[in-house]
Amino acid sequence: MSAPAVTAGFGGASSATVATTAPSGRGPAPVRIVVAYGFWIFLLSDIIMFSALFATYAVLSGQTDGGPSGRDLFELHRVGVQTLCLLFSSYTCGLGILALERRHLRAFYVSCALTFALGAAFLGLEISEFAGMVARGAGPSRSAFLSSFFSLVGLHGAHVTAGLLWLCFMLAQTAVKGPRDFVRRRLLCFSLFWHALDIIWVALMSLVYLMGAR
Amino acid sequence: MEAGVEQQSASIDQAPGVGDSETPGSVATYTAGLAFALLLTAASFIVSQTHLLWAPGIPAGLAVLAIAQMGVHLVFFLHIGTGPDNTNNVLALAFGVLIVTLVVSGSLWIMANLNVNMMPPSLIMEMQR
Repeated sequence: MSAPAVTAGFGGASSATVATTAPSGRGPAPVRIVVAYGFWIFLLSDIIMFSALFATYAVLSGQTDGGPSGRDLFELHRVGVQTLCLLFSSYTCGLGILALERRHLRAFYVSCALTFALGAAFLGLEISEFAGMVARGAGPSRSAFLSSFFSLVGLHGAHVTAGLLWLCFMLAQTAVKGPRDFVRRRLLCFSLFWHALDIIWVALMSLVYLMGAR
Repeated sequence: MEAGVEQQSASIDQAPGVGDSETPGSVATYTAGLAFALLLTAASFIVSQTHLLWAPGIPAGLAVLAIAQMGVHLVFFLHIGTGPDNTNNVLALAFGVLIVTLVVSGSLWIMANLNVNMMPPSLIMEMQR
């Protein structure tokens, strides 16, 4: 038996056999693995960017300039509902990817619709929170604490918005092109992105809201 | 040839988020992750809202619970485990954690130091006169 000649390139043109046979150390890994690994590196760099904003918030969280502090502003029941929305949407996203791998397209669409609905509910709650704070005169220009709060939480919200747009786009692509290799790779990257956003939200919930509301 | 292919498929690298291509994770894994995450979230809220913990220890308790929950998400949702085929992912994660620790703890340390050594505003006014 000879070693399999592995010629999988990064262009996504690999056939099914090549995509499942490349062993590590013998030529390039399958495209699916290379793509997901590269996306994992991107997610880690994204988390490092968030860490800079977390550090800023941690330094500035006491600098309220006589304005409202977290204790006055944060509503924990809203944060709890937001946490549940994002957690369950992460769960349904994972189930959707599983369904897609098993080619259960109907279950995939249902899971993705749930993911989208829960993500949109999260975003709606966050926007109404921000609007309420600005209406109370606690906008980002009020104090250093609020500037850092709005940049940190707002950046996470912007990520969720981008994720929702990405999900719509991928649903359309799946509907038009079917569950082909490159579509499934992109959906895998989306699910990694969505899970990573949930991880960042856990840090936000504990370190910003729960500690700030005490 | 085909038999060799079958043997080797067990040793290929693993991508984050997917199990082996034959067994792409399972609903049970995700459900277990969801249950753990819900428990830890509930614990975080309880710890922060009650006097179950000694009050000065609450921030540390919340940090521990948050790190535990992030671990649950990594293992059960992103499938970053300890398997031999997962080394690349774990090494990248370890490097990310190192940088995050340096950025956050370094910023806090430097800014606290500056704050302590900062001249009181009244003295600055004195010198400007």
